[in-house]
Amino acid sequence: MTVDVRAGLEKLAVRLGGEGARVTEAQRLSGGASMETYAYSFEGPRGAERLIVRRRNAPFDPANGRAVSLATEAALITATEANGARVPHVRHVCDDRDGLGEAYVMVRVDGETLGRKITSDPRFDAVRPGLARQCGEVLYGIHRTPVPEGIDLKVVDGAFELDRYEEIYRATGARRPILELAFQYLRKHIPEPVEPVLLHGDFRNGNIMFDSEQGVAAVLDWELAHVGDPAEDMGWICTNSWRFGRPDRPVGGFGDYADLLAGYVAAGGRAIDLSRVRFWQTLGSLRWGVMCLTMYLSWRDGANKSVERPMIGRRVSETEADLVVLLEEGL
Amino acid sequence: MITHPKTEELAESVRLWIDEIRPTLDPRNAFLARVAANAMATICRELTQGPAAEANAVAGMAGVLGHDGSFEDLNAELCARIRAGELTRETPGLMAALTTMARDQIAIDQPNYRPEGTPAPAG
Repeated sequence: MTVDVRAGLEKLAVRLGGEGARVTEAQRLSGGASMETYAYSFEGPRGAERLIVRRRNAPFDPANGRAVSLATEAALITATEANGARVPHVRHVCDDRDGLGEAYVMVRVDGETLGRKITSDPRFDAVRPGLARQCGEVLYGIHRTPVPEGIDLKVVDGAFELDRYEEIYRATGARRPILELAFQYLRKHIPEPVEPVLLHGDFRNGNIMFDSEQGVAAVLDWELAHVGDPAEDMGWICTNSWRFGRPDRPVGGFGDYADLLAGYVAAGGRAIDLSRVRFWQTLGSLRWGVMCLTMYLSWRDGANKSVERPMIGRRVSETEADLVVLLEEGL
Repeated sequence: MITHPKTEELAESVRLWIDEIRPTLDPRNAFLARVAANAMATICRELTQGPAAEANAVAGMAGVLGHDGSFEDLNAELCARIRAGELTRETPGLMAALTTMARDQIAIDQPNYRPEGTPAPAG
């Protein structure tokens, strides 16, 4: 079914803004293969609103991969907002009346998401030293949030993730000794189980909106939300592939481990061992390496013939270069 | 192999041409053209640095495994023995061999990547 997005957004302006409201902006921003994002504004009898629309343009298949539905995403954002996490405010979750398919609308947050700007642009020099601590605080706001009634999220722990990614790796047929050693090493160092909590699931520099005065403005991109070890979200933002050229600053290329952990505790969270974060960070590099292999395979097997795909396949070696150092140092 | 031009020079000429036309492209194609130019640069580096990298890898793996062999055979055996738990990070020579392999490969794939453990840039 083809959806007329323009017409849908006009109709939506009236629904949200009142009779006579008209669209003043509807610009498609970046987006993945199946996800569209629009900068969307309208003016109506009750005033003007600046929003973001996120919509899926392909049928959602809950059995495929890890992503959650957009309605779930919206519900989680709303629930974490109520617990003090800095997230965009969800304005509206679309239903059949809107004719936009699976979509929701949030209030636009201004700021910067480009990882390299956060790590290196002088505009962020003033706030940068405080960002890791703020990330710890905002993470606790997410982790303390009970999963809303009626929402079923995947539960994940270290052993589960290792099994999952090793299965994917074996299926690729690739033979990479460093990835093999990382699987073996991590299996011997799986942390003790903890009470699982709500996780963002993709908490990294690039998925966080930063303001050059306030620091963390909003945590975005909730489609990989799940339930698991709080250290998983911390380890992912410490994975070197998301430090944008500043490996000397382990948290996102902008901060130190101690500040991230201290911010979490200051917000009310339980103290978390650095070695636990390093387990998930190492698994993060391994996981990203395996993901790069699968992106190459999607090209080899004809699913996506873009030149980007085989080049992402060559990013496996960046995770190997990180993993040899992590394996040498130990957790 | 003929030398006028060398294979890497062919690849380099394509990369230069892609860079030349990039400004005329729409944003999506300009992005893809940048990726394509990077791919040509990777091909160049693999052609010039690949043989030495492979020789280093073969020497390193042969040292750990205790016998000679082709890259493919040694790599397959190394993977199998790590998976079986026979070789670990404590095995003498293993981490050194893997570190060399990782360093040589990132130099081909992404020479500007700054791996874990790299100190802060000067200045």
